[in-house]
Amino acid sequence: MRELTYRDALREALREEMLRDKTVFLLGEDIGHYWGGAFKVTKGLAEEFGDERVRDTPISESAIIGVAIGTAITGMRPVAEIMFGDLSALAMDQICNQAAKICYMFGGQTKVPLVIRTPFGAGVNIASHHSQSLEAWFMHTPGLLVAVPSTPFDAKGLLKTAIRGNNPVMFFEHKLLYSFKGEVPEEDYTIPFGEADMKLEGEDATIFATLYMVHEALAAAQELRKQGISVEIIDPRTLVPLDKQAIMKSVKKTGRIVIATEDCKTAGISAEIAAIVAEEALDYLDAPIKRVAEPDTPIPFSPPLEQFVIPNEKTIIKAVKEVL
Amino acid sequence: MPEKEKLIEMYRQMLRIRHFEEKVYELYGQNLVPGTIHLYVGQEAVAGGFCANLRKDDYITSTHRGHGHCIAKGADLRKVMAEILGKKTGYCKGKGGSMHIADFSIGMLGATAVVGAGIPIAVGAGLSIKLRGTDQVVAGFFGDGASNQGTFHESINMAAIWSLPVVFVCENNLYAMGTRQSMVMKIENIADRAAAYGIQGVTVDGNDVLAVYEAAHNAVDRARHGEGPMLIECKTYRHKGHSRFDPATYRPKAEVDEWLKKDPIPRFKAKLQKIGLLTEQEAEKTEQEVISAVEEAIKFAMESPYPTPEEALENVYA
Repeated sequence: MRELTYRDALREALREEMLRDKTVFLLGEDIGHYWGGAFKVTKGLAEEFGDERVRDTPISESAIIGVAIGTAITGMRPVAEIMFGDLSALAMDQICNQAAKICYMFGGQTKVPLVIRTPFGAGVNIASHHSQSLEAWFMHTPGLLVAVPSTPFDAKGLLKTAIRGNNPVMFFEHKLLYSFKGEVPEEDYTIPFGEADMKLEGEDATIFATLYMVHEALAAAQELRKQGISVEIIDPRTLVPLDKQAIMKSVKKTGRIVIATEDCKTAGISAEIAAIVAEEALDYLDAPIKRVAEPDTPIPFSPPLEQFVIPNEKTIIKAVKEVL
Repeated sequence: MPEKEKLIEMYRQMLRIRHFEEKVYELYGQNLVPGTIHLYVGQEAVAGGFCANLRKDDYITSTHRGHGHCIAKGADLRKVMAEILGKKTGYCKGKGGSMHIADFSIGMLGATAVVGAGIPIAVGAGLSIKLRGTDQVVAGFFGDGASNQGTFHESINMAAIWSLPVVFVCENNLYAMGTRQSMVMKIENIADRAAAYGIQGVTVDGNDVLAVYEAAHNAVDRARHGEGPMLIECKTYRHKGHSRFDPATYRPKAEVDEWLKKDPIPRFKAKLQKIGLLTEQEAEKTEQEVISAVEEAIKFAMESPYPTPEEALENVYA
């Protein structure tokens, strides 16, 4: 099968959906002719579809999302880009009070088919305002869906589902994955939300991992294999809805779980997954649940500081050994 | 000056809002309205005069003080009242209440209770119109308080650079809750801010329905013909406090009395009578019709069932 980068897979999803449905359009800062997005995901689309459908905006995150909502409730399917995940804080009211609540508080009169794409993740030395992973903020907001693709295949299939759906989707990409290559079929496909993918089958312990941590977990698994330890890696692909069944099935099989995510630990993704496992599968556990997450700090700048806070292959291996 | 039919219709809409709101106030006193209410009494000329220029397929966005906008856009009084009482038959099936009424069938895109949050949504509706290539228009209603939010700046700027068919309607009732306008802005006319975005702004007497109508007529016409957005500031006054619990003691009595003399409804009625378009008999008939429509709305709402508790779990997702 052909290989594409994560970036190209995302672009292909946008392009194909724009060709398929003329109500799909893009808006965001510097997504058009000159830059094609800070991470070049939309490169070339303004040339193909024009400035109306690939719309550069002022630096006004709150209005970008508010405007996208206004279009979504009047017949369009906007895909808004927020240049860095941290900057979603500027649009929090529009995301969490408006997009998330409109369907509910108006009694289901309208749908909000809105996709908000934004990258999370540390590792490129751009410090506290451009590096954090904030999935948990949005998992905590009923009305939003949360997608976290870790491969080019997942990125394309999930983005298509997000665009075709009728609910606001927080679509979280990862900076370190944009150039990552993987197999992507030529033909049209979608990936349903709420269906986890087993990235590796194993016996001795389950690793629940998202985004870049899936790749750190795969590297850890390779090393552990050499030591005779077999791990199973569950990638939820969407955090809302969450495929609890896949997590339970794996935990019941291995009796051990390590949760590896890049957000900070307190009230983070890992807290929710640990709580679900404790609530629904405690009797199947042979060891305490182990979480590998960032410490509760902002992301620091200096390389040794930054590397210290990001979970990695080594910290995952250490955690797996602790639960065995 | 619009035709007689239009004038009488505006008068009727203003009366409908006034009677509706007075009844909501009464019902609240009888403990029949859960939560709080923000009444539109005193500001009827703004929604009445503006919405008389809109088509059914035009859009509006509204605020926590939104009953008047809904009614003027053509909402069903029964479903508005049922929503305010938290009934299943309300516009939002009891999930929104007084501050969150929407009726998508008449282009009423909903009231938001976050001050200023509806402004970018109105701009989005304008962008949608442009992208879909229709000749609809959007009116985004908000207050003087909202004009100090960042969304005001971000949104008007975007509508201006993209020349969108949006009319920004600032209802300046002089107080953001209890905060007087002069405490929070150096300028007297909020419409002056339009210049900063390169669009036209006008300030009108928001208690004169004909002044509002004329300003809106021009702005809507321009927007519909691709000439872009405008900011219309309507100076008005709420007769009651900010919400039901607010005795509004921060307003000097002389100021209140002066504004009560400018009550838009008797003012418009006198004008219509003076120019011979409304006889006392017609006025009485209109008033009776309005009163019975409001009574019918109350009866409908009172007799409607509450939603079943488990419905709280529905509509989180489409």
